[in-house]
Amino acid sequence: MNNAIEILVIDDEAQIRKLLNITLESNDYKVKEAINAREGLLMAANHPPDLILLDLGLPDESGHIVLEKLREWYTKPIIILSVQSSEEDIVKALDAGANDYLVKPFRTGELLARIRSLLRSSLSESENPTIKSNDLEIDLSLRVVKKNNDTIKLTVTEYNLLAILIKNEGKVLTHQYLLRAIWGPSYIDQSQYLRVYIAQLRKKIEDDLNKPLHIITESGIGYRFI
Amino acid sequence: MTAISFALSPFIDYKVVAFFLLVTVSLIAMFFDIAPVLLAAFLSAMAWNYFFIPPRFTFAIQGADNVILFSMYFVIALVNGALTFKIRESEKNANKKQEKENTLKLYNTLLNSLSHELRTPISTIIGATDTLQEDKSKLSEENRTELISEISKASLRLNRQVGNLLNMSRLESGFLHPKIDWCDLNELVYDVVNQLCDNLQGKKVHVKISENIPLVKLDYGLLEQILLNLLHNAAIYIPENGIINITAIISKEKKLLIVVEDNGLGFPENEISHVFDKFYRLKNSKTGGTGLGLSIVKGFVESMNGNIILENRKEGGAKFSIEIPAEIAYLNDIEHE
Repeated sequence: MNNAIEILVIDDEAQIRKLLNITLESNDYKVKEAINAREGLLMAANHPPDLILLDLGLPDESGHIVLEKLREWYTKPIIILSVQSSEEDIVKALDAGANDYLVKPFRTGELLARIRSLLRSSLSESENPTIKSNDLEIDLSLRVVKKNNDTIKLTVTEYNLLAILIKNEGKVLTHQYLLRAIWGPSYIDQSQYLRVYIAQLRKKIEDDLNKPLHIITESGIGYRFI
Repeated sequence: MTAISFALSPFIDYKVVAFFLLVTVSLIAMFFDIAPVLLAAFLSAMAWNYFFIPPRFTFAIQGADNVILFSMYFVIALVNGALTFKIRESEKNANKKQEKENTLKLYNTLLNSLSHELRTPISTIIGATDTLQEDKSKLSEENRTELISEISKASLRLNRQVGNLLNMSRLESGFLHPKIDWCDLNELVYDVVNQLCDNLQGKKVHVKISENIPLVKLDYGLLEQILLNLLHNAAIYIPENGIINITAIISKEKKLLIVVEDNGLGFPENEISHVFDKFYRLKNSKTGGTGLGLSIVKGFVESMNGNIILENRKEGGAKFSIEIPAEIAYLNDIEHE
């Protein structure tokens, strides 16, 4: 395939690269591999890929710095791979422009789902005002949300929260990001608002409040809409 | 001390003063290094001579018995000082040795349980991959799938053990600073139950938490790990069709109370006081387990200034009660639109 989607893997561990290579190629992606930060930055610049998988723990330079350098010009999706399940580290990378993250060891299904969802949203930046996700449908121009074709009544804040989550479908949004976007910068530490509104939203859009299928909790980091 | 003795000198004999001074030297020897101790012994002898032995206020000594007395004092003071110091030294060494032995014992237990806990899944992975690589024709499709699923299980187990070890070292290093933030308890508890749904298959989990329970300010990650470990434990040790109850309430003293109870066999009464000890395993427990899970639970609870109690239920089964003080926000406080 000539027009296969290209993914650049920047990771110093040969085993991980091999695993990713096999997994991605058998799912019809074209894979390029870089073994350190220097090589990764070079390869990305010479031939910009459609998506980058970036390991945070590189031998020559921290993945955080690579991410910063890439984000100076690279606008397509970047997924962070990290062995540290340190929430601060992940939040830092997400705030610095990473689109998503995976903690090693990760499940293949999860990796593929994240890649698909990011590629989908980066390809279809169309002006389509309605977004569908399983049983939910949201019309951004009319500000109407439907579940199984029944209109759901939402307050202004509930709607704004749901809209920002749906617009970033598949992507994890940090607590701080959501608080800033919905309530404003002075509310960044007032996460109780977020908790309450997420609970209210779930009551309205989830079939089983205690097994949420749409708004997923990323513990210590944020929320993800799927 | 010399000054006090001097003030008393009209009333007491100068020979008694010598004993006062000796006591002082001994006291000094208990707290200071060898050099100041010997110096104190020497100075006390000089002071005694100068201030007390007649003729007073000279270093001269009158009479043979006074000379003998003085030389004996001098020797005794020095020996006393040196000996007291020596005793202290050897006690310190003994303590150090004891500490070393304890650490060594801990390391040995750690290595024993670790090598078992890690080797078992590693053996599974190595063995299974060997078989899979060796002879493809001999292996039935069914066995192939079986082996692959064993590899997967073994690696998940390895991953959990490494997680436990990392948590333990976080606790040990003393660098564990809870990051408190508002938590929705219903969200958290159900999140944990959903994460463990594979392990809890065939068991019933009842969550009894009011829908209107206020938000509490706690470390989500720590509380999540606490409940994960407790539930994982219960899932292993209760029989098929066993029941686990999870309740959470806010007490009158505004503390969060969480109770996790099951209807399994409970814990042997004489071992209850040890179950939270690092690496402690019940005498008759099944193989597997490092004895880290519950000690991490206790460590994490205490890092949030809480406490945990284990008791057996009258009806049978174990009951873990956790109490953690926390800031509370009633949902009604947050204005609804």
